[in-house]
Amino acid sequence: MALWLTLAVNSIALGGLLFLLSAGFSLIFGLMRIPNLMHGSFFMLGAYFGVTLLWQGVNFWAAALISAAAMAVIGGLIERFLLRRLAGEQLPQVLLTLGFALIIGDISLMLWTGDPWQPATPAHLQGAVQVAGLFFPVYRLVIVMVAVVIAAALWLMVDWTRLGAMIRAGVDDPAIARVVGIKVSQLFTLIFALGAGLAAFGGVIGSPVLSVYPGLDAEMLPLALIVVILGGTGSLLGTLVGSFLIGFLYNFGQARFPDLAYVILFLPMLLVLVLRPQGLFGKGGS
Amino acid sequence: MTRVTAPHAAFALALLGLSTVPLWVGNSYYIDVASQILLFAVFALALNVLAGYGGLVSLGHAGLFAVSGYTAGLMLQAGFGHAAAIAGAVLATLLTSAVFAVLALRSTGIGFLMITLALGQILWGIAYRWADLTNGDNGVSISTRPAPFGLSLSGAPSFYYATVVVFLTALVAMAAFERSPFGASLRGTRDQARRMTALGYNVWLIRFLAFLFSGFWCSVAGLLYLYNKQFISPQVSALQASAEVLLMVISGGTATLLGPIAGAAIVVIMKYVVSAYVVRWNLVLGVIFVAIISFMPEGLVPGSVRIWGFARRRWLARRPARKPAAGAPP
Repeated sequence: MALWLTLAVNSIALGGLLFLLSAGFSLIFGLMRIPNLMHGSFFMLGAYFGVTLLWQGVNFWAAALISAAAMAVIGGLIERFLLRRLAGEQLPQVLLTLGFALIIGDISLMLWTGDPWQPATPAHLQGAVQVAGLFFPVYRLVIVMVAVVIAAALWLMVDWTRLGAMIRAGVDDPAIARVVGIKVSQLFTLIFALGAGLAAFGGVIGSPVLSVYPGLDAEMLPLALIVVILGGTGSLLGTLVGSFLIGFLYNFGQARFPDLAYVILFLPMLLVLVLRPQGLFGKGGS
Repeated sequence: MTRVTAPHAAFALALLGLSTVPLWVGNSYYIDVASQILLFAVFALALNVLAGYGGLVSLGHAGLFAVSGYTAGLMLQAGFGHAAAIAGAVLATLLTSAVFAVLALRSTGIGFLMITLALGQILWGIAYRWADLTNGDNGVSISTRPAPFGLSLSGAPSFYYATVVVFLTALVAMAAFERSPFGASLRGTRDQARRMTALGYNVWLIRFLAFLFSGFWCSVAGLLYLYNKQFISPQVSALQASAEVLLMVISGGTATLLGPIAGAAIVVIMKYVVSAYVVRWNLVLGVIFVAIISFMPEGLVPGSVRIWGFARRRWLARRPARKPAAGAPP
């Protein structure tokens, strides 16, 4: 029983991290129709930045924010100067982002070596809280809380602000959005930077749990893909639900069928593809 | 009346060169590299069926390649003969291709790409994590190569000749496919899917069959790889491997017969040359990707020709006063 509860808490924590990773991916894909294959690399590179800052003695949350900001700038630059030139050409976009994923992966291996880096959990968040006779690790609960707060903030931004209305208009019909005077191209850069920053933030706060190692990027990218296919592109609610679903499947699969954990992860995606291709919360069409 | 044209002569010359490689390349290491160029050319030709003629870009083809190699490798380890292992590998790859096709063909374009990527990652996950079946990261090694018609293939030159035969068969099959009504209808589904539907073609079925055709040649390439290296590991099913073969196709020029072959030669040679000097092959691969996309989206070969022509015109335009003399170098 206690084992299952621990697994459940771990699953929710992983779900939170996956949400931070996938929210940007989903928005980028939904708004810009760019399948950003370097999203896993943003996550990993952000985590490496954060780990390096922590090594220098920077405060944990400051490290996470600085890393997110740095990644947002890098993401914005890549969008503005390279991806922009390929607007509307999906195949070249895929190949360009794939090329960058390979470059980032190899440079990270060069700079941070092949050994995994696992920073310590921040001192004030170590230990466990006892609820009803059961112990829960504080840090994982914090991850969940952070993810939920960010999800709420994103939801407020998308549903209740002028910027959000512009983003929704851009997702629904970029051509008409342009016609009514929304600067869709500026929105693109903003969303891309936001997505990169969120992924990096997730990478840093995930690093005490997941650790950072070469190949983390290739491991996270398919997870983001599944989450978005499951939840439906451009849907924040879908991304949230998909993230937690995958978080649970991953941890429980790992515990029960360690050999097949990876396969189990993809089964719901296949089911959704067959039964509801637009995703659980996606709008019709593809 | 058939005239001997430049392409015919070039083709005959290429054929001659191809079949005599072991004679003028003494070192068996380089003969092995030549075998690998040809087997990856078969792989690239297979992907080109979908990515080039079908407009369906797959990032999961390394998975199909690996299914073939692993099936044969594991069957050989389990004590089956070569014929059974080869038949089993082709069958398993065709079945996997059919599953891939049914799932991925629910969409086209980016949806297709993402689904094939995810499916490819599943196969990678099985190869890497399901250690009881696939021996995980340690891979599968086999001790012997087959000996068709009593001819031993254990030496590098003899294996090379066998690879040439398979490669030429693949080339002929691709040329026949390109000219066939089936090839034309596949191009039709790429360019005008809706019109093809209106004309009464079953677009889905055409794409499905193209996927199987592509899967078949993937399995052939996978078998050649297994027998060439006598070893297979999860690396061949990784996303990088899919990216590499896609790079072969686009660098040579998609939807052409010779493009993927040139691409395979470029990538394999570059990989060997680069990794002799630096260990950063992935970095180089990524830079090539970005450079091709940014500067020569039509492919390395046509792109280099265009940029060379452009540079030459600029150079000539800058010195208008002096007219190039008749015998001057262009």
